[in-house]
Amino acid sequence: MDRIKHAFASKTNLLNTYFTAGYPSLHDTIPLAKALVDAGADILEIGMPFSDPLADGPVIQGSSSVALANGMNLPVLFEQLKGLRAAVPETPVLLMGYLNPVMQFGVEEFCRQAAEVGVDGLILPDLPLAEYEEFYQETFKKYGLKAVFLITPQTSEERIRHLDRLSEAFLYLVSGPGTTGGTTLPDAVAQQQYFERIAALKLRNPRLIGFGIGDKAGFERACEHAEGAIIGSALIRALEDATDAPAEAARFVRGIKPA
Amino acid sequence: MTATTSYQQPTERGYYGQFGGAFVPEMLYPNVEELRTQYLDIMAEPEFQAELKQLLRDYVGRPTPLFEAKRLSEKYGTRIFFKREDLCHTGAHKINNTVGQILLAKRLGKTRIIAETGAGQHGVATATVCALMGLPCVVYMGAVDIERQAPNVARMRLLGAEVRRAESGSQTLKDATNEAIRDWIANPVDTHYIIGSVVGPHPYPDLVARLQAIISEEMRAQLLEKTGTELPDFVVACVGGGSNAAGAFYHFLDEPSVRLIAVEAAGHGIHSGHSAATSVLGTPGIIHGSKTLLMQDEHGQITEPYSLSAGLDYPGIGPLHAHLGEVGRSEFIAITDDDALAAVAECSRMEGIIPALETAHALAALGQLGAGPDDVVVVNLSGRGDKDLETYLKNMDKLV
Repeated sequence: MDRIKHAFASKTNLLNTYFTAGYPSLHDTIPLAKALVDAGADILEIGMPFSDPLADGPVIQGSSSVALANGMNLPVLFEQLKGLRAAVPETPVLLMGYLNPVMQFGVEEFCRQAAEVGVDGLILPDLPLAEYEEFYQETFKKYGLKAVFLITPQTSEERIRHLDRLSEAFLYLVSGPGTTGGTTLPDAVAQQQYFERIAALKLRNPRLIGFGIGDKAGFERACEHAEGAIIGSALIRALEDATDAPAEAARFVRGIKPA
Repeated sequence: MTATTSYQQPTERGYYGQFGGAFVPEMLYPNVEELRTQYLDIMAEPEFQAELKQLLRDYVGRPTPLFEAKRLSEKYGTRIFFKREDLCHTGAHKINNTVGQILLAKRLGKTRIIAETGAGQHGVATATVCALMGLPCVVYMGAVDIERQAPNVARMRLLGAEVRRAESGSQTLKDATNEAIRDWIANPVDTHYIIGSVVGPHPYPDLVARLQAIISEEMRAQLLEKTGTELPDFVVACVGGGSNAAGAFYHFLDEPSVRLIAVEAAGHGIHSGHSAATSVLGTPGIIHGSKTLLMQDEHGQITEPYSLSAGLDYPGIGPLHAHLGEVGRSEFIAITDDDALAAVAECSRMEGIIPALETAHALAALGQLGAGPDDVVVVNLSGRGDKDLETYLKNMDKLV
């Protein structure tokens, strides 16, 4: 069984933590991954920094800028990730980022190296579904990489069903309209209805809720409607002024998911 | 490309050759899809066309004149005409697009308008039509551009728009565009995003090109009247994202005898490290939801272009232009800051027209065309120079 399927089959209320590779310092990537998992994170999402992250709010824009200034890029990241599976042997790891750096690196070479270092899946929000099916799906499959698709309150049922058929990982439920870190939630009722509407579809894939989830209460609320949640911006914020980033990351995870 | 295929029309998925498409996150998919499935039908409605025509005539001031620039013609030994987009309401061609898009937004039931702006011309043109239609308007502008384009910021505010500072990245047009897209992600239902150039995800490049195509439509009729033929030998226009060039080229795209000259900003020189000459320095990649030529480093991070002209320092070009250049249908010329300033001085003193700095790049290309005495050259005079007075004052030593 692959790592993603195994995680969802063996655990409930999964916590997926996002952090930006190369932030706060260039070589924090692997120490942070290990600290997060040791503290209880169930899935890791490692952000590949991009100069123009359209789907991200100010916090992840900021961490991306810092990471790029620190010298992070895909060759450096893959070099660092050679130590990934020694640090976190069983945890599903996804790379999240934008299409342009992947295109410039070369899609096939990117997939080959990602698979080689033990990455399980990819989240590329600006890769359109039609392009994915026509040009990318085969390459992802060849290297055993699972694509994770986003669903928003505006996504039609027909499209959700289509994404559910394509997905072999989990569906990423965007909590409301907005970028990462701060969705504008008009009212809790509308959000509740959205989560219930998705739950009622009886999708074959598990769901994780993300965007704007930043504390224990938010995590637990998300877990009532899905298999777990994704936390990114709040973690990045916690790392902003940390003198010991891995220790701070561990403290953050324990605050969300006490042992 | 077969003979029967038009350069005007992208594929259903928005491709011009290998360029175009709609690389947007799922959060934007419904918005872009709503626009994609409806824009052609709405624009084909007789009521839409009638309202657009009336506004273009009575509000924008169209048709704009085609003026024969006789002194410059004599100097360059060819027959030069200016398409006077500088005489449009608000001082540039930008309003052709915003008038059309605001009518489209109303028919889509949108109640709030957002836009990005670099030099401020598109922001002013958007604020103007929002005032006309009584719709709230938010314009994103890079913090750096807000500082260097103060008069246009004041105009937007006077017109009732809210100008929001884009503080991310390089704080210029690219970042203002990012912020506008993020706003659209956060407001997917009530808001229409009026993009100012032939950039962004499909259908924007086609939508904006169609709305600017009035420029070349009028040119053809006016040329017939003044020269006896609809077809000139050269059409010259500056290119940042490329909206005025798209409009000036549009009805000549499938007329192979007409040479289409796209003039980019070379800044301090194409290879100086301070340039916006995307056709030379750019490579295929994705910017603002479109696959096109863009300036980027070896790792696919988008780099910041430079031009003295705030309207040309965009790190990409519209996918239509990337395609036209790739297949050889258009030719690119790059003009430095200094040569553009010299053209400002020349046009001001020889024709009594103070052009916008962007437009001056097109004028500066006149000496490089190789046009002969029997040739007809149309320069799209895309905007007037009032907004650039501060820059001109700072460079007075080069201008007088």
